[in-house]
Amino acid sequence: MTSEKSKWLSTPYVAWSIMFILIPLCMIFYYGLTDKSGAFTLENVAAIASAEHAKALWLSLLLSLISTLVCFLLAYPLAMILANLQVNQHSFIILIFILPMWMNFLLRTLAWQTLLEKNGVINSVLSFLHLPNINIINTPCAIVLGMVYNFLPFMVLPLYNALSKIDENVINASRDLGAGSIYTFFRITLPLSVPGIISGITMVFVPALTTFVISTILGGSKILLIGNVIEQEFTQASNWHLGSGLSIVLMIFIILNMITSAVFDKEGTGLI
Amino acid sequence: MKKRNMKKFLIPALTFAFAGITAGCSSSGGGENGEVIVYNWGEYIDPETLEQFEEETGIKVIYDEFETNEIMYPKVESGAASYDVVCPSDYMISKMIDHDMLAEINFDNIPNARDNIGAQYYEQSKDFDPENKYSIPYCWGTVGILYNKTMVDEPITKWAQLWDEKYADNILMQDSVRDAFMVAEKLNGFSMNTVDPAQLETAKNALIEQKPLVQAYVIDQVRDKMIGNEAAIGVIYSGEAIYTQRENPDLEYVIPEEGTNVWIDSWVILKDAPNKENAEKFINFMCRGDIAVKNFEYITYSTPNDAARELIEDEDIKNSETAFPDLSQYPNLETYVYLGEDGDALYNELWKEVKSN
Repeated sequence: MTSEKSKWLSTPYVAWSIMFILIPLCMIFYYGLTDKSGAFTLENVAAIASAEHAKALWLSLLLSLISTLVCFLLAYPLAMILANLQVNQHSFIILIFILPMWMNFLLRTLAWQTLLEKNGVINSVLSFLHLPNINIINTPCAIVLGMVYNFLPFMVLPLYNALSKIDENVINASRDLGAGSIYTFFRITLPLSVPGIISGITMVFVPALTTFVISTILGGSKILLIGNVIEQEFTQASNWHLGSGLSIVLMIFIILNMITSAVFDKEGTGLI
Repeated sequence: MKKRNMKKFLIPALTFAFAGITAGCSSSGGGENGEVIVYNWGEYIDPETLEQFEEETGIKVIYDEFETNEIMYPKVESGAASYDVVCPSDYMISKMIDHDMLAEINFDNIPNARDNIGAQYYEQSKDFDPENKYSIPYCWGTVGILYNKTMVDEPITKWAQLWDEKYADNILMQDSVRDAFMVAEKLNGFSMNTVDPAQLETAKNALIEQKPLVQAYVIDQVRDKMIGNEAAIGVIYSGEAIYTQRENPDLEYVIPEEGTNVWIDSWVILKDAPNKENAEKFINFMCRGDIAVKNFEYITYSTPNDAARELIEDEDIKNSETAFPDLSQYPNLETYVYLGEDGDALYNELWKEVKSN
């Protein structure tokens, strides 16, 4: 009876997954593995090896790795502080971190453009204080900044989740047995938070790798990431086959990342 | 060739997600005299004129928007959604004629198009619609240089000044293949419709050489950046120039000496349009002087409608060299034509090389 009922309840989700996940995915594979006449080809996937595509992919990997690392370094101490706070205090701080996400992602990125521009808000303030201006708009630095800003909450939350689950007694035991706080951190806290770290890395790395909006808005379209290449194949070049082929290549990297996280996070503790 | 807001990023996503849904919805309902399904550029019409059309004719307008010709084309071609009236640009119209997607227009049913649209615009349309059989001009304009008088040493008059090193980091280029290459091709005295590999190689190298001087490749944002004194020189559509000058009087628009692109966006009726008669009524209505002037004032893109131009109250705008340039005074003006699949692919390949350099 219960199994019948739960099957019935899952129908909307199954229908949703088929319509908006499975079918689009099949279409990407169909377009990616065929040419304009509909014949099977690996050319679209192999196109990643061409100089421009390889360079764009390499740049995307590099920038998203840097962003992930920066996010991690910023988020870990914060998550530790949060995990040690009283219940009512930490929910307030988490709210502050989530609050910007209530605004549209595009608007927030556009706001950064306004902030960073030559005559933007930050430079106006600096000029007023007779300080040297910063000129990072339309450079890879601005793209990394945009990625870190947009994806930081996705790193903080799983880290906080993993850290707050660590039993206080384990840490107390370590201190009891004479371990210093640094030793305790590296032998106890860090290893126990690995599932959160992996989950956070996935949640930052994947969107950072595929973004095209941030690089267009903050990079002035001068820096071509793999996401931009794919976007342009669809919107400008009308070459859905090549765009899909390159998306398949990107999926390989995303799947690799997910396999890694599955291996490290067997219990799913890192998930929110 | 309307490119106004940040919807550039949202529209493709939404279009893909909702193509099925909207197609499903559009088949239901309809006004007392049926319906007409219109597919136009985003923010390219005064919404009031649509309401007025519905009131006057009892025909329900189902209105859908696209952001680039390239997004519009596969949707129309696949027949995923059936449209009656579309408003593509010049080169896309020639592609659609090539692929036999357009219906011949019966001008007897659209008298306003014959009476109100200036003869010179039909003449210009012959580049892509040689017999004026398939298209009725809706908006037109040029691509030119917008510059800030307070930020340059001398008046900007030609494309070559976009390669001047003293304007390093002060130049905004268009982020679209054809427009970017057009600038480099005109600089070198080539046709903007060339598919000659040697000429394209020269144009590509010119763009790569220029890239370090370019502040950003932008589409819609050129307006805001120029208004905000963010750059000295920007490549812009004439229709946007009128708006930016209103906001920032230091800005000046010029048609470069080397020549430039004259573009026309025109109404066409699709061959398998389900509501052909209503489509004719819709276009006829849009060609009415009082309606066309409403649209001109709303979108600020030049109208080919002579009756509408007479109705413009602001004398400065009516006689503005930016809005209504006398095209016979400018040499080397050209309209884009469809380059064929191989030509398009070649341009896109070279553009990627420029961008990834």
